This record gives sequence, structure tokens and C-alpha cells, in this order.
Amino acid sequence: MKLFKNKKSAYLMSSPYIAWALIFIVVPLCMVIYYGLTDSHGAMTFSNIATIAKPGYLKALRRSVVLALASTLVCFILAYPLGMILSSMKLKRNTFLVTLFILPMWMNFLLRTLTWMTLLEGKGVINTVLEFLHLPTINIINTPSAIILGMVYNFLPFMILPIYNSLSRIDDNVINAARDLGANSLQTFLRITLPLSVPGIISGITMVFIPALTTFAISTMLGGSKILLIGNVIEQEFTQLYDWHLGSGLSIVLMIFILINMVVESIFDKQGGLS
Amino acid sequence: MMKKVFERVYLALLLIFMYAPIVTLIVLSFNSSKSRAKWGGFTLNWYVNLMSDEAVASALVNTLTIAVLATVFSTIIGTFTCIAMIGISKKMRSVIMGITNIPMINADIVTGISLMLLFRFLHLSSGFSTILLAHITFNIPFVMLSVMPRIKNMNFYVYEAALDLGASPAYAFSKTVLPDLVPGIVSGALMAFTMSLDDFIITYFTKGSGFETLSTLIYSEVKKGIKPEIYALSAIIFVVVLVLLFIVNRAPASKTNKK
Repeated sequence: MKLFKNKKSAYLMSSPYIAWALIFIVVPLCMVIYYGLTDSHGAMTFSNIATIAKPGYLKALRRSVVLALASTLVCFILAYPLGMILSSMKLKRNTFLVTLFILPMWMNFLLRTLTWMTLLEGKGVINTVLEFLHLPTINIINTPSAIILGMVYNFLPFMILPIYNSLSRIDDNVINAARDLGANSLQTFLRITLPLSVPGIISGITMVFIPALTTFAISTMLGGSKILLIGNVIEQEFTQLYDWHLGSGLSIVLMIFILINMVVESIFDKQGGLS
Repeated sequence: MMKKVFERVYLALLLIFMYAPIVTLIVLSFNSSKSRAKWGGFTLNWYVNLMSDEAVASALVNTLTIAVLATVFSTIIGTFTCIAMIGISKKMRSVIMGITNIPMINADIVTGISLMLLFRFLHLSSGFSTILLAHITFNIPFVMLSVMPRIKNMNFYVYEAALDLGASPAYAFSKTVLPDLVPGIVSGALMAFTMSLDDFIITYFTKGSGFETLSTLIYSEVKKGIKPEIYALSAIIFVVVLVLLFIVNRAPASKTNKK
């Protein structure tokens, strides 16, 4: 490849970005770690990270994990059948339908959550309709259920897309071969379709779980201000309590969760690739 | 067939789930009663008020300016870097791509906080410039990840042939390499623009006080109670996006028809 006369010019050309990445990606992360591991006097300490074990903080973390897992599961259950339906359709129609499912993502994320506030309120749209029909009203605003609903609504497209992509890439001949060899539709699904779609499932899970775990806007809007997630706790440390050290320490805890997720993902990805 | 019916119903239910809130929002933007649950009659008041609402107008301008500038800068930097990657050793390339992946994998809240710490450390006054720097930073990975696959699969013999036939390197580059990259660059730029428009968390931590984008404005209004003007604005945004998507989808179709 002769695009560059020598290596020097290539490095010269990439140096602006390398500098940019060092200043705006690497250094800021090091600062989070530095603040997280020091106290206000600059002395090294693990107490910021250990704070996560205190009851209030631990509760917020546990709640975040539970809600994120629940919404990831709901997203998966909703998205997988959809992916199968979409990938079995004719090409022209399914690209249109896939676009339809992604379109809401182009609306501002906060506006989408805001509309659920309007819909779910005690005297909101859904309850007005229910009352009109003389049906019992639902009161889930400011409860964990509302937060899960908000997460599912906002992140569902992140699950649909990778699952649909991996399902539509499966060669029809493989499925036909399984059927020819006597597998019934359940066997074909369990032993052919499902294993081949594992990479899509895994990336869908990551793309839903991480934002759900770390959100603070959805819980503020749909959970009232009473249900705190770990994202809310960190946000408060930075914007209201100005305890950057504690906030950074808790961020390190979040990053550990993200790392664990990455490790799990790479393990499953390898298995999915083998089968 | 039972299965077909079930499939249709499932699709319809999920589409209702996705679009019910948006339809509600558009309907409420014409509702003359300020209460969100009661229908007080049709009105265009909120749309009229929107025109004279300076807070919303400036937030809209800020959002669009930042999105456009961040897209332009990140597309240029990202594309240049991808081209430079061709001439770089494999090891160095994987290090650079690894660092580039960090903002994509990391939680937005951590990215936002880390940039806030950096800007405070550098004593940059928060506002337009800090948000722009942050947006360029999280946009570059999207551009690079959509341009890189094109670079990897590229055939450079055409470029070398052009050189052999007497083309200057710049001319050969613009005639052989660049056209291959354009689809990747365009989709990367589109991604960057979308991400920038939609971002709330990173903007929230890097904005400082007194400077608002649409997202941060909406978030601060949630606590005070939403103005119906915001419904009107979001209805407009949705229709604009719909029209843009329609045009983008139609454009390549009409081109192929002509051929």
C-alpha cells in the first residue's frame, strides 16, 4: 500500500486525533480514577468506593441492577418474536417496518419519557380513557414499574436492531436442511435459529443493560424524586452536594459493572461463534 | 392462517406501544386546556406562543448549532484518522481503536462526569465550547466505526494504477479512494448528528449554568411543570424528522429509477 510515502506521514496525519483522544478520553478517565481514590486532602483512600456498601447506597445500586435486569428481560421477550416476524417477511416491507420501529428514537429521549409521564399520571390520559370505559384505573406512576416501562420504551429499539440483524443473516438453507433432516419446528428453533442469533442477543442485552443501569433521567421523571437509582446518587454528588471524590468513587463502581458485562459478553460471543 | 393473524396482531400491538405516546403528544399540542388530561378544544395558541418564546428558540438554535458543528468536526477528524490508519503499524492501530471504543462502551454518565472534571481542571468556562468539545469527542467513534470497515476492504491497486498512469497523488486519491469512502462518511456523519441532537446526559454535565440545549431545557422544565409549548415544539420536531426520513429514503430510489 503506497498511500503514504513513509510511515512518518501516516503518524503525522493521525497525530491530531491521538492527541484528542489522549486529552478528552484517557486523561478524563484517569481523573475520575484519581478523584475516586483520593479524599479532599489528596490522600489516597478506598473509602469513596467502600461507600457503596453503606445501606442507602447499596440499596440504590441493588435497585438499579434489578430494574435494569428486569427491563432488559422485558425488552428481550418483546424483541425476539418481533425480530423473527420481521426477518421472515419480504425484504421491501420489512425495511419499512424496521424503520418504523427506529423512528421514535429520532424524537428527543426526554420528550419520549415525558409523554409517558403524561400518559401514566393519576389523572393522565390512560386513566381518563379507562374511567370513561368504566374500567379500573392504574396507578403506576412514581413506582418502579413505571421506571421499567420507561426503560423498555426508550431502549427497545436497541434490542430489536441487533436481534433482527443476526436473525436476517441466517441462511434459509440451513433451516431448510434441518427440516429436511427431520427436525420439527421447535427443534429447529432451539438448535439452529437460537444459537445462530446469540451474537445479536448479546449485543442487544449490552445495549439495553448499560444505559438502563446508569440512567438518572428516567427515574427522575417516572419515579418521582423518591426512587433513587445509582445514576441519581452519582448525579446528586456532582450537581448538588459537590462531593466529586465520592461521586467519582461511585462512578468507578459503575465502571466495574461495565467491565464485568464486557467480560461476560466476550465469553458468550466466543461460544456463540463456535456453535 | 392462525400464525399470520397472530403475527399481525403482535406487530400492531408493538407499533401502538411505540407510537401511542407520540400521537398523544401531538394531540396535546392542540389542546387549549392546560391540564394534560382534559380536552379543552382545538387551539394553535401553543404554536403561536412558541414563535415568541425566546428560551425555547435559543435552546433550539444552540442544539442545532452544536449538532452541526460537532458533526462537521468529528467527520473531518474521524475520516482523516481512518485514512491515516492505513499507514500505521497494526499494533498501534489496535491501540487507537481500543481507546476509540471507550466512549462507546462506557456509560454516558461516566463520560459526562469525566469530561466535566477535565474542563473544571483546565478552568474552561462551561457553556457552548465545552459542550461542543464533548460532543466532538463522543461523535468521532461513530464516524470512525462506520468509515473503518470501508478502509479495511479497500482495493488500493486502482490508486497505484492511477499513480502509474501519471495522476498526482491528490488527484488519484480524490478519484479512487475517496468515492469508496463516501457512503461510510455519510452514514457516520448522520449517526453523529443524531447522537448529538439526542444527547442529554453528557450535555447536562458539561453545560454549566445559564446555557441550555433542548434536552437540558426540557429536563429543567419537568421539575417546574411542562409548558404546553414544549408539546408543540416536539410535534414540529417529529414531523420534520418524518419528512427528512421520507426524503432520504426517496432520494436513492428516484436515482435508480432514472437509470
